[in-house]
Amino acid sequence: MKRVYVNEKWCLGCHLCEYYCAFGESNKKDMARALKDIKINPKIWIEEKDGVSFAVSCRHCKEPLCVKSCITGALTIKDGVVTINKDKCISCYTCILICPYGAVSPSEDGAVQKCELCVKTTWGTPACVEGCPNGAIVFEERG
Amino acid sequence: MAVNFLYPDYEVSRNDDRCIACRVCERQCANEVHEFLADTNKMVSDDAKCVNCHRCVALCPTRALKIVKNNNTYKENANWSAKTMNELYRQASSGGVLLSSMGNPENYPVYFDKILLNASQVTNPSIDPLREPMETRVFLGAKPQNIERDEAGRIVNNLPPHLTLSMPMMFSAMSYGSISYNAHESLARAAEELGILYNTGEGGLHEDFYCYGKNTIVQVASGRFGVHPDYLNSGAAIEIKIGQGAKPGIGGHLPGEKIVGDISRTRMIPEGSDAISPAPHHDIYSIEDLRQLVFSLKEATNYQKPIIVKIAAVHNVAAIASGIARSGADIIAIDGFRGGTGAAPTRIRDHVGVPIELALAGVDKRLRDEGIRDNVSIVAGGSIRSSADIVKAIALGADCVYIATAALIALGCHLCRSCHTGKCNWGIATQVPDLVKRLNPEIGYKRLVNLLTAWQHEIKEMIGGMGINSIESLKGNRLMLRGVGLSEKELEILGIKYAGE
Repeated sequence: MKRVYVNEKWCLGCHLCEYYCAFGESNKKDMARALKDIKINPKIWIEEKDGVSFAVSCRHCKEPLCVKSCITGALTIKDGVVTINKDKCISCYTCILICPYGAVSPSEDGAVQKCELCVKTTWGTPACVEGCPNGAIVFEERG
Repeated sequence: MAVNFLYPDYEVSRNDDRCIACRVCERQCANEVHEFLADTNKMVSDDAKCVNCHRCVALCPTRALKIVKNNNTYKENANWSAKTMNELYRQASSGGVLLSSMGNPENYPVYFDKILLNASQVTNPSIDPLREPMETRVFLGAKPQNIERDEAGRIVNNLPPHLTLSMPMMFSAMSYGSISYNAHESLARAAEELGILYNTGEGGLHEDFYCYGKNTIVQVASGRFGVHPDYLNSGAAIEIKIGQGAKPGIGGHLPGEKIVGDISRTRMIPEGSDAISPAPHHDIYSIEDLRQLVFSLKEATNYQKPIIVKIAAVHNVAAIASGIARSGADIIAIDGFRGGTGAAPTRIRDHVGVPIELALAGVDKRLRDEGIRDNVSIVAGGSIRSSADIVKAIALGADCVYIATAALIALGCHLCRSCHTGKCNWGIATQVPDLVKRLNPEIGYKRLVNLLTAWQHEIKEMIGGMGINSIESLKGNRLMLRGVGLSEKELEILGIKYAGE
């Protein structure tokens, strides 16, 4: 299955992935209109320290702890993609505490949010990958 | 602060309706033009620091940015232009030589733009390269003067060492130091994939790139940086750099701050020491001396590698080339006055040398007149901007062209001409690790491969239109060229007829 992989060697810490993530989520045609005067809450974000930076997002683990820990079945695996059903989420945040990658976060409406590889957006493929100017985020099959 | 006579050349124009304050401009500008004001949630910019490299413009995800020419004006004066006055202010404040980068941008004639190509109509068939075979392969090196046979009458292979290129283009010399590791890797990998050659420049060859040896020209320049037996033997050819089109007659100076780590090791000089290339080779004061170096290098490489001698196009270029063709060199590279550089004194760059088109035509004619054209191949460089320039250069007598500025543009260079500051925002002309990583060779080499592949297609289309199916058949074929807007003298030097003739 194709997943999003990051390579810190080429990450410039430009944070464009975060903005493309938020844009992809907005389902709007124009990024300026989608994100103007909005504080974004993306599902991928840059960690940086001492000159090293890289993007962090859901790994879509084969045996995801978040899915195991979800007490309502809001988190499920669908075609390999760890997916959130916001209607079922009761905001207990167990998944946030248990994810070893810190890839699950609360959304504005309280339910958790996480990268779903843009399968629910109009982009279809991960927007962060398309928006990365230096090939530091790739969407590929690695077995 | 003392009065600064200089007003910014450019304005950073930001469309506030489109700016989402993502701060990518701020994070990507090594000149610190942009700044985020948290209290107002707005970006602001300091125009004075902008070099117009377009990094922010290219990366702005909402296209909120553009750089515009500042229309602040002095009293109009056809003689004292704003540029002249600003340069004068700059020198009056610094007392220094003005430095510039990349090729001569001044308004001298571009002869390529005054030459038009021929095409077949009715009486001779043109060739469609999509349907018929078309050869763009070229061979560089001295050609045998006669056929030799052994006692049994079999032909003896007396071909001197040659370079085989899949297309008549090579990447010209850019040293590791003047450009980044990632830029070098992009060029080397592209050369390998395309079946052409790139050139190390005078900074030696990084140990990681020895694996690209068969696609490498190793350069020996006046500073002799990084020259050792393995280096000479690692490449497919050796180039003796006598001069560079951007700065004929002067040497080079890579400041000590840039001589760090790998660059110091590759150049074989101590960290922090200035890398000074003398103006002349101190052991070459005549063609005879040049011949000694040519044969020293041949000896050192067991007569296996062609030797290139690269000179800047200057007034007596034809006579100089004639000498080089008799020096034992296999290839002459001529670099026109628009050739690029990582740093040169502005006055030298803008006022010394001659156009490559005239130099090339003059050299080719002289060598043919003297019957020594087959002693050498000719490589023309110094602002080859498109495949049309290549076709014209070959028809004027070149065997192949050198490409550098165009290659850098393919890698992202926007010709801001600030290489000498060492803060290239595109990761090309810099050694700052954070900036170098902006050029991912995986992306870079593909862009180079794309560019040259596209040019190869275009060359096939153009020569096919002339009814020629091999680039070698176009070489020196000046009947395929016509001039427009040229004087009788210019036509004579170029050896071409006027359009309509």
